[in-house]
Amino acid sequence: MASYKENRTARIRLVSSHNEVYEPCDDSFALVDALLADRTNLLEHCPTMCMEIGCGSGYVITSLALILGRERGGVNYIATDINPNAVKVTRETLDAHGVDAELILTDIASGLENRLAGLVDVMVVNPPYVPTPEDEVGAEGIISSWAGGENGRRVIDRILPVADHLLSEKGWLYMVTLTANNPSEICLQMRKKGYASKIIIQRSTEEESLHIIKFWRDFDTTVDEVTDQSLIGFLGSLLAQIPLFSLWRGSNSNDNC
Amino acid sequence: MRLLTHNMLSSNIKGVEKGFPLRIEAEKVVEKPVEMNADFLRKMFEKVEWKAFLEASRSMGYAQLPEEVDSGMLESDEFLSRFHHALLELHLEEGALVCPETGRRFPVNKGIPNMLLHEDEV
Ligand SMILES: C[S@@+](CC[C@H](N)C(=O)[O-])C[C@H]1O[C@@H](n2cnc3c(N)ncnc32)[C@H](O)[C@@H]1O
Repeated sequence: MASYKENRTARIRLVSSHNEVYEPCDDSFALVDALLADRTNLLEHCPTMCMEIGCGSGYVITSLALILGRERGGVNYIATDINPNAVKVTRETLDAHGVDAELILTDIASGLENRLAGLVDVMVVNPPYVPTPEDEVGAEGIISSWAGGENGRRVIDRILPVADHLLSEKGWLYMVTLTANNPSEICLQMRKKGYASKIIIQRSTEEESLHIIKFWRDFDTTVDEVTDQSLIGFLGSLLAQIPLFSLWRGSNSNDNC
Repeated sequence: MRLLTHNMLSSNIKGVEKGFPLRIEAEKVVEKPVEMNADFLRKMFEKVEWKAFLEASRSMGYAQLPEEVDSGMLESDEFLSRFHHALLELHLEEGALVCPETGRRFPVNKGIPNMLLHEDEV
């Protein structure tokens, strides 16, 4: 299992770093594990355009490229970050693994909205989700890696409409959220835009509980069929089905957090 | 930065209407060979704005693309390989992208365009 995973995801020792760039952490690992868990579907999905918003060290976009297979041409990867050091470090991480992505230093996807609309088949996002004072959101340096303002939703709530706009008809979004972000409310909001959702991975520690949620357009449900109450009930039962379990790595892992 | 990416980027400054295509100022262009995938090229052919792409390839020093195109050309191996080369193998490594309406320069360093705006541009 370990070697399988090693071959399919970015290797921690090859991931480049910088003191102002977010190092791969439990949330990054959970997101990549969700992609691995969904690998068969991803391969069948045959994405042409894949994108990451907020690539940090490049651990996730590199892993996505490895999961989809180095041997398969015909996929274009785009990754953005608002931190100049992050896109540089991501370039090094990609190079170290022999994969490639187009990097853009920008706020979310600013500059891409017009021409990339409806083209992204797979989007992955590990956003700054930690509840913090508002003035820390978008601050210089490492703080903006995690600072999410009220309920940790400030950046998430700006990313969701952009994701909706950029995703293709068959597009999928994988996003990390924290319980404090109110994931069921996020799913409800996306439901109103016509997306179904599924929790691919849930992990809990003493401090936080992470959910990796997958969103896709669901053409069977028209928006007016969805009442908030029925949806909250549905999500509640969905969440209840997932046992709280801890999958944190043991001491031999490479967590630097 | 590939010309595919250039074709997807617009000037994002407040008040700019179309902001496309960004004019390329090329200081350093590099070539990175990648395997050709005809299906990918066919899909992208439908999305690419040809005039912008043609201009962009010229400003990168590549003049082997036809002025006018139609989807029938996708049957030609020669066309496909030129399209592939210009779209995916030519990279703007150093230079700038210039907003067609305001003249604002977005620098490209180490192949990474900087689309971050100043406060008064948002
Ligand atoms: C939690 S880190 C995740 C980094 C990496 N994707 C990972 O999973 O390890 C969030 C990243 O989002 C970036 N970020 C924060 N605000 C952003 C914005 N407005 N636009 C683009 N990126 C942003 C941060 O610089 C940081 O690299």
